[in-house]
Amino acid sequence: MTSPAETEHAEPQVEESSSEDRPWVTIVWNDPVNLMSYVTYVLQKVFGYGREHATKLMLDVHHKGKAAVSSGEKEKVEADVAKLHAAGLWATMQRDS
Amino acid sequence: MNGWTRKNGRLVTELAQQEAAVIRGLVGQIRDMLTARADEAPTDELAELTGIRTGPTTPPRDRVLERLLPDFYRKDPETGESDEEEADAAGAMRSLHEPELIELKSGVAATVLETCPAEGGKVKLTAEQADSWLSALNDVRLALGTALDLDEETPEELPEDDLRQEHLNIYQWLTWVQDSMVEALWP
Repeated sequence: MTSPAETEHAEPQVEESSSEDRPWVTIVWNDPVNLMSYVTYVLQKVFGYGREHATKLMLDVHHKGKAAVSSGEKEKVEADVAKLHAAGLWATMQRDS
Repeated sequence: MNGWTRKNGRLVTELAQQEAAVIRGLVGQIRDMLTARADEAPTDELAELTGIRTGPTTPPRDRVLERLLPDFYRKDPETGESDEEEADAAGAMRSLHEPELIELKSGVAATVLETCPAEGGKVKLTAEQADSWLSALNDVRLALGTALDLDEETPEELPEDDLRQEHLNIYQWLTWVQDSMVEALWP
């Protein structure tokens, strides 16, 4: 998984990849309160990620300011954001860039 | 308190009366703020009939509550890009999800108030109760961090005349309590 801010994607060439077809992503933003240990723990708990992967995502949030932590259909990403809000993480959703 | 330890699948610690009072007081305040926000929501006859609850479409004006109940969309701070359609949908999304979020946050606060003895002493939590404590302690830290204007450059010791120091000490203690809990929960 990469952070959408890090990669340049080519402009879509074909009609099929209109914005309606692009998947949604869950973004976690850096904030000064959430603990590194806690963010890792929450990512493991909510998404079932292994500790190594969860730690990598947490470090992306910490160093780059944000990371895409999950993706998929709009409803799935919406539910993911809701779970992260319940845990106190600063999460939003957007169409994949 | 000497941090959390795991014994036979339970998370255990010993709280002084003062420590228990701090935790109960702050968690109770968060619960009260959330209840007040929920009470502000417009009553809706249709919602009462269908059982589908709707919350407000606008974020709380209070910045502490706003941090506890964030928006689902955000304009990218680097590119300034935001999908107009998404921005319009933010209100609808809040209205749809906020009642449940308040219920979840009030629920974890209630678990802490039920399992944290007012007079202090031994606390023994199941894994599920421990997760509720983690979320509730995090909500308190988010609230204090927002009220104290903390950022990553905030020093642990503020200048002598800074009135925030006492609150910052409580925040830092809660940080330690929460971190110790995560460490004890990890397999």
